[in-house]
Amino acid sequence: MVPIIETKNLSQIYEGRQILKDVNFSLEKDDALALIGPNGAGKTTLLRLLDLLEKPSSGQIYFDAVDVTRSGKSRLRARRRMAFIHQKPIMFKMNAFNNVACGLKFRREDKKNVRNKVEQVLELVDMNDYRKRDARTLSGGEMQRIAIARALVTNPAVLFLDEPTANLDPASVSKVEEILARIMREGKTAILMVTHDMAQGQRIARKIGVLINGDIPQIGSPSDIFFAPTSTRVAEFVGVENILPGTVAGKEHELAIINVNGVNIQAITDLAQGENVHVMIRPEDITFTKTRDSSSARNVFEGRINKIIPLGPLTRIEIDCGMPLLGVITTRSASELELTISSKLFASFKATAIHVIKRV
Amino acid sequence: MSDLWNAFEEAIHLIVSLDPDVMGIAWRSLWIAATSTAICVVICLPLGSLINFNKFRGKHLLLSLLQTLFSMPTVTVGLFVYVMVSHSGPLGMLDLVFTPEAMVIGQTLLIIPMMLGLVISAFSGVDKAIMETATSLGANRSQAYIINIKEAKFPMMTAVAMAFGRAISEVGASMIIGGNIKGFTMTLTTGISQYVSMGMIEKAFALGIILIFMALLINIAIYLLQKQRNYVWFPS
Repeated sequence: MVPIIETKNLSQIYEGRQILKDVNFSLEKDDALALIGPNGAGKTTLLRLLDLLEKPSSGQIYFDAVDVTRSGKSRLRARRRMAFIHQKPIMFKMNAFNNVACGLKFRREDKKNVRNKVEQVLELVDMNDYRKRDARTLSGGEMQRIAIARALVTNPAVLFLDEPTANLDPASVSKVEEILARIMREGKTAILMVTHDMAQGQRIARKIGVLINGDIPQIGSPSDIFFAPTSTRVAEFVGVENILPGTVAGKEHELAIINVNGVNIQAITDLAQGENVHVMIRPEDITFTKTRDSSSARNVFEGRINKIIPLGPLTRIEIDCGMPLLGVITTRSASELELTISSKLFASFKATAIHVIKRV
Repeated sequence: MSDLWNAFEEAIHLIVSLDPDVMGIAWRSLWIAATSTAICVVICLPLGSLINFNKFRGKHLLLSLLQTLFSMPTVTVGLFVYVMVSHSGPLGMLDLVFTPEAMVIGQTLLIIPMMLGLVISAFSGVDKAIMETATSLGANRSQAYIINIKEAKFPMMTAVAMAFGRAISEVGASMIIGGNIKGFTMTLTTGISQYVSMGMIEKAFALGIILIFMALLINIAIYLLQKQRNYVWFPS
């Protein structure tokens, strides 16, 4: 299948600052991809390039196998098969109905068609009662629903979303997410969403890409991204807080002994003996106990508490057991365990909870 | 003093009785100014959007120049157009000198800088995101411009009203280009000047009252439009 969108070494430089560098990715016709990344990673710039609102410094964009990087006519034709929903919806100074009708009028659809399609899509976003209202007097959530209707009414082949719920109250967020889920189920529109909200990316998309510092080091299923990051920078962004350098000291089938700072950790990996590695453990996968025997995990280490940071219902604990380990426990069990700085504690985690990557 | 009062009474009488001479002059003024304004709109809307929405070298200089030309003396425009259309001028073969058509050319040139400046200012008062949103929704360039014009409807109409006001109240260009020929190129302003010099104060008064009345209507229109929405007077 030809991807609906494909980029080749897409780069953008603003005033000497490199915003995107050599971005390569493709979006299939029924894909739903969420790009997550910290603020300033280049997410919005990427969407603006893909929506053909600006031109890249170098590289190519293909829309349905046609190079649309520069030629004006092909860009307009491609743009008319795309739609873009922004973080802050911009309404034209018209009523809601006419705002939604704009895209169809630009495409010179006949009047009857316009009316039918607009009514249908207003129904879909549950805004038919507001059709005659001046769009600029609507609330944020209502405006965003009109913006979604305006984007969907042209039946786009691809829909770009830039933090579509960032400015909305929780009720509007779930309403908008519900509409997006419905579009996805229909599977007629490829979706590319950028967000810094990892949970939302996971709720809405089938695939997640991580955009950091202007490129996309990894795209995969949510579990790949969260539990098997392929680089330390992806791991750091998705919340893997224990990233420890070590060496594979011994192997028995898939089970490896990894030496981290003199401590032996048992983990599952394909990497061979002698290989330099990073060991990654999510803080949620570490269990803390007062005694050794209460855990069935392969890795149990004794350490002393360095830091206790209460975070409402959860508490973060940093212990030193020959290597630094960071974990979370519920604040309730923290008080049951009567934790104090430099008191002794056992940290345990399963060999399968560890993700090992090659250190370069 | 009573002479003045009599002249004033006579003037009112001329207006109320729809004196053919006075009405002819008023009508001519109106259509020459209206035609000039209409031509100017046709030129300035596309040109203004091109200038506002494109970056180019010398843009700032051009905007300052336009602002300077807002108050271009009408007689210089008159002189320029007269030289162009006079029988020995480059457009002499068109035989336009001392015709209402030539006056339309003169007034159009006179109000273009003002209208262009105001149109650009009106465009620049529109949120840039409007242009992008329209483009993103599939508008081509001219469709996107039209959306912007709609967004700036009130300042645009103010620009039209102000340009019309300048056209209908100018004397210098019409006098030089039109020649102030009675029944053919005489307008409200040139008529006043003519009748005063001929000592026909009551006719000059009548034309003056009509002119002031028109200016008043235009100003009321501008006031109402500007009350609708505040906008940037000129891009900085």
